[in-house]
Amino acid sequence: MSTIFILWLRQLKRYVRSRGRVISSLAQPLLFLLAFGFGFSGVFRRAGAGNYIQFLAPGVIGMGVLFSGVFSGIELIWDKQFGFIKETLVAPVPRWVVMLGRTAGGASVALIQGILVILMCLIVGFRPHSIATLPLLLVYMGLVAVMFTALGTSIACIVADFQAFPLVMNFLVMPLFFLSGALFPLDQVPTAFKAIATINPLSYGIDGVRGALTGAWHFSPFTDVAVLVVLTAVLLAVGTRLFARIEA
Amino acid sequence: MAGPGAPARTAGGKRLIRTEHLTRRFGAICAVDDVSFEVAAGEIFAFLGPNGAGKTTTIRMLTTLLKPTSGTVLLDGLDIAREPHEVRRRFGIVFQDPSLDVELTARENMTIHAVLYGIPRAERAVRIERLLRQFDLWDRRDDFVKRFSGGMKRRLEIARSLLHTPRVIFLDEPTLGLDPQTRNQLWTHVRALNSQEGVTVFLTTHYMDEAERVAQRIAVIDHGRIVALDSPQELKRQTQAESLEDAFLRLTGTQIRDEQASGMDHMRQMARGFRRA
Repeated sequence: MSTIFILWLRQLKRYVRSRGRVISSLAQPLLFLLAFGFGFSGVFRRAGAGNYIQFLAPGVIGMGVLFSGVFSGIELIWDKQFGFIKETLVAPVPRWVVMLGRTAGGASVALIQGILVILMCLIVGFRPHSIATLPLLLVYMGLVAVMFTALGTSIACIVADFQAFPLVMNFLVMPLFFLSGALFPLDQVPTAFKAIATINPLSYGIDGVRGALTGAWHFSPFTDVAVLVVLTAVLLAVGTRLFARIEA
Repeated sequence: MAGPGAPARTAGGKRLIRTEHLTRRFGAICAVDDVSFEVAAGEIFAFLGPNGAGKTTTIRMLTTLLKPTSGTVLLDGLDIAREPHEVRRRFGIVFQDPSLDVELTARENMTIHAVLYGIPRAERAVRIERLLRQFDLWDRRDDFVKRFSGGMKRRLEIARSLLHTPRVIFLDEPTLGLDPQTRNQLWTHVRALNSQEGVTVFLTTHYMDEAERVAQRIAVIDHGRIVALDSPQELKRQTQAESLEDAFLRLTGTQIRDEQASGMDHMRQMARGFRRA
């Protein structure tokens, strides 16, 4: 449908034109990569766990996708009142179409961000173990992108004031990221930790990305895909429902 | 365009907008209480009221953004509750807060609107050009909207709202924050639209002098109820006021209406801060 396409295109144009946003949103993953990557590499190797940059890079890639997705979704809070979204709410277009267009656009942007982080990792010295798993990698990244764009959108539908944005970032997104196996292997952590990581959807995304890039799986490729597909579908459904109900 | 002496009821002309016992409650509060009125096709109709009177809520219900608790709204003969999408094709709206995408160009904003409203591809370019020229924006069609002045943005929003040739356009505080020259130009455009193309205009404003000059009939809402509905001249005569502003104050009292600032008001204040920068 041309409506979905034009809404998708709009998100992409906005992204491509905002050089400031592109650069600044890559800063955080880069910082993590360099600081943690080179900072902990000695300790990691001495613990017998190998090259930390190889381990960390997928985590940082996941970070890029996660943050970008949530941000794209949560932009809606501002958009709802002061932006373009009102146009779409009053147009003779079903809400689910608008939701799909937005989510596709936001997820595409998150995916591009993830790819840019991959390039950064390659520059810093990260090497994927094979090119054959590239399609699989994109599947995992894509699912994470869609899931968290839908999550960001869902939150934006519920919240009235964009003062909530830092709350969401600090109490939801950061914990999701830190407790996902992005920064450290999950087989050595305390039980409580492992339990949280197991119910954290991002863990499966990170594991999928790491598995596709380095061949190291904590769960399994099938578990990861299954969990991600189910959760993404659920979040999309929830997000669409919430979006259909908002009254501008 | 006829000025003074406009009829109090819409005896002539088709009833384009009709509300019957429109009511909206938010919990215990009744924001809009049994409101019934009509707007004739081809009219310029002003909807006035103090803060918190139920004005915005009413408009949101008229424009399908909010569901009434009870009562009906008919637009161009269609029931808003039953056929919201058909109704949406019939009206255009310029919101109080901007709804343009400032990171896109004027033309891109118009194109999105054309797609959203299902304007056939073959007609899009023609209509977009005609409207941008009509509102003196054609030269800036490929500029980013963020580089437009406030008045230009407002003109673009009006131009955009007309792309799908609506029967009526809703203007919610259209001249808020604009300088007198721009305001004058805007009303000239709107009046031309009304007189030459017969577009019905439903507006709200706090600028009473504008309402007086431009509107043929005015409804005043207060505490969720319509307290007066007549031409500006009649309202002044009934309240024995010199100006519409005086008449309005006599009808609604001079007490200041304080409201609780909602999250939305907070964001609006922040937006104003950004705008000045």
